[in-house]
Amino acid sequence: MKRIYSIEEACIGCHLCEVACITEHSLSKDPVKAFMYEAERPIARCKVEERDGGVISISTNCRHCDQPDCLQACISGAIQKQADGRVLVDINKCVGCWSCVMACPFGAVQRNLKKKKANKCDLCPDREIPACVAACPNRALVYREGE
Amino acid sequence: MNHVIVGNSAAAAGAIRAIRSIDNEGTITVVSREKQTAYGRPLISYLLGGLITEKGMPYLPDNFYDEHRVNLLLSTEVNRVDPSEKRIFFTNGDSMPYDRLLLATGGDPFIPPIEGMSDKGRIYTFTTWDDAARLKAVSADISRAVVIGGGLIGLKAAEGLNLLDKSVTVVELADRVLSSAFDRPAGKIVARKMRANGIDVITEDTVVKIEWEGSTISGVTLKSGDFIPCDTVIVAIGVRPAAGFLKGSGIEVNRGIVVNEQMQTSAPDIYAAGDVTEAADFFTNQKNPMPIWPDAYIQGDVAGTSMAGGQKVYEGGLAMNSIEFFKVSTISMGITNPKDPDSYDILTYQDTENYQYRKIVLDKEGHLLGAVLVGTVDRAGIFSGLIRNRVNVTPFKDSLLLPDFGFIHLSQKIRRQLFGQQRGYSWPQPAFASHGGGH
Repeated sequence: MKRIYSIEEACIGCHLCEVACITEHSLSKDPVKAFMYEAERPIARCKVEERDGGVISISTNCRHCDQPDCLQACISGAIQKQADGRVLVDINKCVGCWSCVMACPFGAVQRNLKKKKANKCDLCPDREIPACVAACPNRALVYREGE
Repeated sequence: MNHVIVGNSAAAAGAIRAIRSIDNEGTITVVSREKQTAYGRPLISYLLGGLITEKGMPYLPDNFYDEHRVNLLLSTEVNRVDPSEKRIFFTNGDSMPYDRLLLATGGDPFIPPIEGMSDKGRIYTFTTWDDAARLKAVSADISRAVVIGGGLIGLKAAEGLNLLDKSVTVVELADRVLSSAFDRPAGKIVARKMRANGIDVITEDTVVKIEWEGSTISGVTLKSGDFIPCDTVIVAIGVRPAAGFLKGSGIEVNRGIVVNEQMQTSAPDIYAAGDVTEAADFFTNQKNPMPIWPDAYIQGDVAGTSMAGGQKVYEGGLAMNSIEFFKVSTISMGITNPKDPDSYDILTYQDTENYQYRKIVLDKEGHLLGAVLVGTVDRAGIFSGLIRNRVNVTPFKDSLLLPDFGFIHLSQKIRRQLFGQQRGYSWPQPAFASHGGGH
């Protein structure tokens, strides 16, 4: 399946992947509206980590694992692997127990504390290329077929 | 191949998926003593407390059994296994042959010998959907409940009853609640939160007698002599592997069904997975029962793979729990409370007032063995990855307690393997994630 890969050397630490992710999962899909006016701003599903004042940075994200630890740990069955390989969380079934947060070795499931629901990458079902990848100004994120 | 699975929870789900990923032709039959299809067992406290409805209970997608072509026998209890005849027998008198058998019957609640204990009246265990339903059905009549046991099940039952505005007292024999999964400071934080929400928590004491007035409970007497008035008692001491039906089968059962790293039992073509087993521990390799949800799933996956002729090795049980009590998140994993703390490296951060606590347990060589997180639990799984892959954390040890600890503190090699490979994704192999052992 296609996954998002992160090229650390090319990451400039701009966080545009996070902005694009938040925008894509907002109601308006408009960055200004999403950040300034929407009552509940989505939580970014990718995370830019930085060190040494931004000298080193990398955007980390969900691997959509073949054997997802999050799925194995999920007590409600909210996390399921789809036929196309995407690992998705059904927020209607999620009870916010954070077992997925405990289990994911990639740190790729976020806690939406306001909604008390797990939050994770869905590879942007409405787009051909995930929003984070499309937004990266230095091609530090690549969307391609893995093994 | 005729696969038969006894039990229908996390281990069964892992096994069914694993079998079907290899064997598309064989039959799969699931036999369960419960009347429901697989449900999120830990959700019963959410159901009791009214946080979810019955519609939220099913664990597997609606089409799961059809899609995986599973023949489902519900409300059917197995009371005998004959390995020589390769046949299982039911309490209703029927029997069924198998080619490969998976025993995934889970656990039974442990009921201690307490004076006045009865299977009548308002005494309940709390491990099944039926338990929660029974309790919920009488909840209008409950005004005061005593929960025996301050472990995960007991506290979740107490929270559920508290959410229904019942007055609840938890009685725990140890010096703190959650003594098996958490350490003292974490247990104290949780107990404080429970008390702040009106639950009475009594430690270092135990119920010695359930007092009756005719057919109703009037209260319990504690070892200390105290009497606590109540009308309902919840027994939540813990669970024991549900392996009683194997008596006389010749299958090796110690505390649980003994399995090897392919989840094979001592009998040919019989496998076991989940809470009913006694499998190897991740650290010590010693076999002991470990009733942990993700572990049950993983064991089921390994068992199913083996049953269908595939190759997979169980890497050992790693205890982990993620539980919220009154909006305080808690996660524990691995070794959290070593008996001999001096032979470990222990890092802690504590802000009790704000319900924040972090503890990291390392061995002297620098391998992460366990973690306790209370409050901010975000990205806790990074720790579980470091434990499972036996990564030596010495180079970034000073970063482990940082609230924003992440992959940026690890080596670039690890980051590349996990996120930048452009092929797959995997944790580095022992070349730079040296294996520990000998714990």
